Amino acid sequence: MSPRDLYMIVGRGLSRVWRSFWFNNNMDRFIWCDGSLGLGENALCQQSGVRIYEGEDRTSFDRGILALTTHRLIWRDSSDQTCILSLDLSIVVFLEEHPSGFAKSSKIVVHMGPPPSSKAAGPTMTSSSNYIRLSFRDAGETQFYRSFNDVLAKKPWEKNTPPVIAGKASAGQVRHFRSGIVGIERKMQAKHEQTQQNISVAFEDLSNLIGKAKDMVELSKTIAKKIKDKQGDITEDETIKFKSYLLSLGIPDPVTRETHGSGAMYHIELARELSRILEHPLQEQGGMMTLTDVYCWVNRARGMELLSPDDLLNACKMLQPLQLPIRLRIFDSGVMVLHLLSQNEEEVILATTELLNEKGSLTANELSQLVGVSVILAKERLLATEKFGGVCRDDSIEGLRFYPNLFLTKTC
Amino acid sequence: MAAPVGNFEFPWQYSFQPFFTLQPNLDTRKKQVEAWCSLILAYHRHERQYILDVVESQNSPLFCNKEINRKLRLDDVQYLLEELQKKGNVEWLDKTQTRCYILWRTIEEWGTILYGWAADNGKQNTVCTLYEITNGEDTAGEDFHGLDTNILLRVLRALERQKKAEVFSLGDSEGVKFF
Repeated sequence: MSPRDLYMIVGRGLSRVWRSFWFNNNMDRFIWCDGSLGLGENALCQQSGVRIYEGEDRTSFDRGILALTTHRLIWRDSSDQTCILSLDLSIVVFLEEHPSGFAKSSKIVVHMGPPPSSKAAGPTMTSSSNYIRLSFRDAGETQFYRSFNDVLAKKPWEKNTPPVIAGKASAGQVRHFRSGIVGIERKMQAKHEQTQQNISVAFEDLSNLIGKAKDMVELSKTIAKKIKDKQGDITEDETIKFKSYLLSLGIPDPVTRETHGSGAMYHIELARELSRILEHPLQEQGGMMTLTDVYCWVNRARGMELLSPDDLLNACKMLQPLQLPIRLRIFDSGVMVLHLLSQNEEEVILATTELLNEKGSLTANELSQLVGVSVILAKERLLATEKFGGVCRDDSIEGLRFYPNLFLTKTC
Repeated sequence: MAAPVGNFEFPWQYSFQPFFTLQPNLDTRKKQVEAWCSLILAYHRHERQYILDVVESQNSPLFCNKEINRKLRLDDVQYLLEELQKKGNVEWLDKTQTRCYILWRTIEEWGTILYGWAADNGKQNTVCTLYEITNGEDTAGEDFHGLDTNILLRVLRALERQKKAEVFSLGDSEGVKFF
């Protein structure tokens, strides 16, 4: 049995006198307010020319606009703009409709429960009634009554209170003056705050994900290991290989600006990290990778903590002074690569020269397939070897092809 | 002009594809250019040719090896001729550098040879016509047989400056007297 049913049984069983004795001070359930809507509160309908009766008695709230919102009943005086009353719908128990008669306007009788314990200031008049009557002198009562009943049935005020963040912002907006430079500034400030908060709300999920990143990296490592172990049994399938490569990377504790500050220290630590994670992939890639490839690998491994190209380059420049096992090299063409220290230029040139002597002639493409490096790097190798005099070129319509340097080696 | 004696034997570089691409490596290029220069001179000597037309030479077997389908680019031909000019083996016939003498012997070299021949054959202090020198029966076996008349004249003028010969006019042709 709901309180409303109980009230109806009890209420109807009691005489008006008893009821007024029981639910004392009816009118004081109204409180003063500024007429603005709270957050999540929506206006539903309103009607002008409404008089409030306290019980059977007329009050000084004689002619005003009555508005129904999802949370409250708001009455504003038509002549005195500062005189605004509100009544929480939560204490309304039920409604009665009194149709109009001869020289009588139609009325809605609002029966109410006891006032909430923490009540704000309201009209100081005392009331002997447990109900009020709203007299619709300008008609519109039927419409209002229907809406009123709807709201009471749905009880929208019981819904969750809106998020605090937005509430603050809107409250700020309402209170501040909106004119003048100060107004504009305040408005901007409020807007800024709201944006900030919206952003933090939006990225809340992301930070959770970042928090989980460590676990995810661990997981990917175990998966990678499993795939690698299985690789021998299943096939030499390229896709499996590729997957294991992808999963083999993953930095559990990436160097970030947050952990290592800005400037040189950050780049030094970053260089150490690069050398740590790239040594193995570099060996698998023929000892050399273009910086663009490195950029992709590293950022894939870092997951959330992405590096800027600038930071990567700066970190790469620190490799040499730190005596790390990988080095940055800039070819004459401007192509930048990271290579293993063990793979120095002379050795590469020597190997390339020998390979050409063996094969007779090679294009960059052919060399890249033979050695297992990218075409760009193969070309760089050939150019470096050419610079050294190990090979010579044949630039024809068939493309650029390199030959052993017979000009220097072959005697007439 | 004497007909080419047998087929010219091209050096090994001629069948080496990179020979037809000017090499960017300077050491390599030096060797390559050397090989080209001696090939150009040897070829012209073999063919007894003294004048090279740059555009026409594009179709000459000298710069175009059909067997390996390679051809030396026009710019590179120009580059080689300039290199030869520095050595004194090329003299341009016009300012636009479309035709040139290929001096497979330089003017000085020709002078020495010619004077040596005159001395050996008792031609000193007698008058020879230029035709006699380049087309005469006596000179059939000599290098300068068939020499371009203009080049011959320049050789003789050079000898004249060394007081080894004197060129004078013999009616419609010219004669020379070696001292």
